[in-house]
Amino acid sequence: MRLSWFNVVSLTFGFVFLYLPMIILVIYSFNKSKLVTVWAGFSTKWYGELLQNEAFLNAAWVTLKVAVISSTFATILGTMAAYVLVRSGRFFGRTLFSGMIYAPLVMPEVITGLSLLLLFIGIGMDRGVMTVVLAHTTFSMCYVSVVVSSRLFTFDQSLEEAALDLGCSPAQAFRLVTLPIIAPAVISGWLLAFTLSLDDLVIATFTTGPSATTLPIKIYSAVRLGVSPEINALSTLMIAVVTIGVILASLVSKRNVANKRREELAAVRAE
Amino acid sequence: MAANEFAPWEDPQAKPLIRFRNVTKRFGEFTAIDNITLDIYAQEFFALLGPSGCGKTTMMRMLAGFENLTEGVIELDGVDVGNVAPNKRAVNMMFQSYALFPHLTVWENIAFGLRRAKMPAADLTNRVEEMLKLTRLERFSSRKPHQISGGQRQRVALARSLAKAPKLLLLDEPLGALDKKLRQETQFELMDIQEKTGTTFVIVTHDQEEAMTVASRVAVMDEGNLMQVATPDRIYENPNSVYVADFIGDVNLIKGTAKSIGEGQYQINWMESLPPLNAKSSLPLSDGQSCHLAIRPEKVAINAEKPEGAVNAVQGKVLDIAYLGNLSTYYVQLADGTIIKAQTANTRRISRRSFTWEDPVWLSWTATAGVLLES
Repeated sequence: MRLSWFNVVSLTFGFVFLYLPMIILVIYSFNKSKLVTVWAGFSTKWYGELLQNEAFLNAAWVTLKVAVISSTFATILGTMAAYVLVRSGRFFGRTLFSGMIYAPLVMPEVITGLSLLLLFIGIGMDRGVMTVVLAHTTFSMCYVSVVVSSRLFTFDQSLEEAALDLGCSPAQAFRLVTLPIIAPAVISGWLLAFTLSLDDLVIATFTTGPSATTLPIKIYSAVRLGVSPEINALSTLMIAVVTIGVILASLVSKRNVANKRREELAAVRAE
Repeated sequence: MAANEFAPWEDPQAKPLIRFRNVTKRFGEFTAIDNITLDIYAQEFFALLGPSGCGKTTMMRMLAGFENLTEGVIELDGVDVGNVAPNKRAVNMMFQSYALFPHLTVWENIAFGLRRAKMPAADLTNRVEEMLKLTRLERFSSRKPHQISGGQRQRVALARSLAKAPKLLLLDEPLGALDKKLRQETQFELMDIQEKTGTTFVIVTHDQEEAMTVASRVAVMDEGNLMQVATPDRIYENPNSVYVADFIGDVNLIKGTAKSIGEGQYQINWMESLPPLNAKSSLPLSDGQSCHLAIRPEKVAINAEKPEGAVNAVQGKVLDIAYLGNLSTYYVQLADGTIIKAQTANTRRISRRSFTWEDPVWLSWTATAGVLLES
């Protein structure tokens, strides 16, 4: 199909709008000069300095820890919530429950952060890694729940009935049949929760303490003192990681879909 | 009753495998099953037949344990199974969608139930191989469900539900997803497997041909009630109600009033201008009682001249002809507009049709050709 000039223009504008800022950032991360706005030749020295910067490395470690733990909890809770909402039919308080699960999607982060802060102060919990983990679990589980429940809606319920019929307890049916089949949705829910936690600034700011500075907080506070090329380097690394992850994921799923289609065709032809 | 004929329902000593006793199932206000009492015997191939929404699927799901009863008792082998969970029943089900586990191979699918029953590994392997052989799936054992054809998936579903050697196998529209040719082959395969394994089969279907072909007995259902439970030939030749006569096969229904003219003999007054029809029936009808005469089209003869000595003969003209290849159905309109169908077998390949559109013809049938039914 040929692209009309209108489509070409829209496409170009779209991509420029999305990626121009990032391209500039990546280019300047290889700038020799300490001044962010002046190009002084190619260099990778800021990457070297970044690896020496204890504070950044620490923050990166804290962020990773928080993201892994909170997204795991969020996935477990979100999957359970989705399962109950989709499978239990109508029970007392169902509408309220589903409304409350999805509320954080539209709730301003400032309010979520503030209310969590008040809670932690109220119960006398020392703010640190633990409180950030709890806060991130809270706000990302609804995203997991949305992803998993949309998969469960299209799930053939007779598969679970077949499992029960063949002698599974309900728990076994979930573990042996439902979970393996919805696993892709659960994994994407986990990835979504992971990325949400990685780049959250607002809620982390409210709920963290001096012992646990996450990377977004660190970058934000560093930028307030002036943008350093080190931060450009750090951001470039993050962009690289995310890009590689996305490309890998789409390649894998594309290959799986193509394989499945080919095998189905082969099965039909063989008949 | 012939000694070698399988008909435990005629033996008052026989103990049924399944007993429905006054079973009622309501979904809120809606009554899906209305006070049904039914016995099904071991080794039967029992068909629940009816239009969608008649309650046949609910009956099956109650047997499997997926629906609770509102009232009544279901016994399996003399034990009340009302409160037994699906995973604790010696009943297996073959689902309409097949419900094959997409993440497991054919082999693993068949082994699934046996593993839950903690069968020793050696026995399990033997049993799975046996099932693969029975359903001719040996070549496909390591394939996943999406790598095999629809007919093969159907056989995997059957093998998986038979693997645990259930007392009772439930089949929910098992052939619904197959095309016609494959469906006919598979019907005989099902009957063959049922005979080989000696398992009791209960099949749910809306396809009357399928029910008539495979079943030892058929239950015709409508709106949560059993209309008739009988062998396929009795359902067809001796329907007990206008509903059953009309639901199964093609039928001419003539409404009239009965007048007794001797032991089991009736005259049916059905039209002012025409002589009454003669019919034999064991039904005790009082004079003047309104009734229906149900006659299958293949039992109506069609002739150019009035046949000599015919008990029932009416004149009309050919309105329409449906040529079905093996059969032709003539739609004959009588003087008052009533349409009666007559069917003839096209037994000779090269022959001209004796009648064509607008031809005047005579229709005739014997006194026993039709079934008298109370209105």
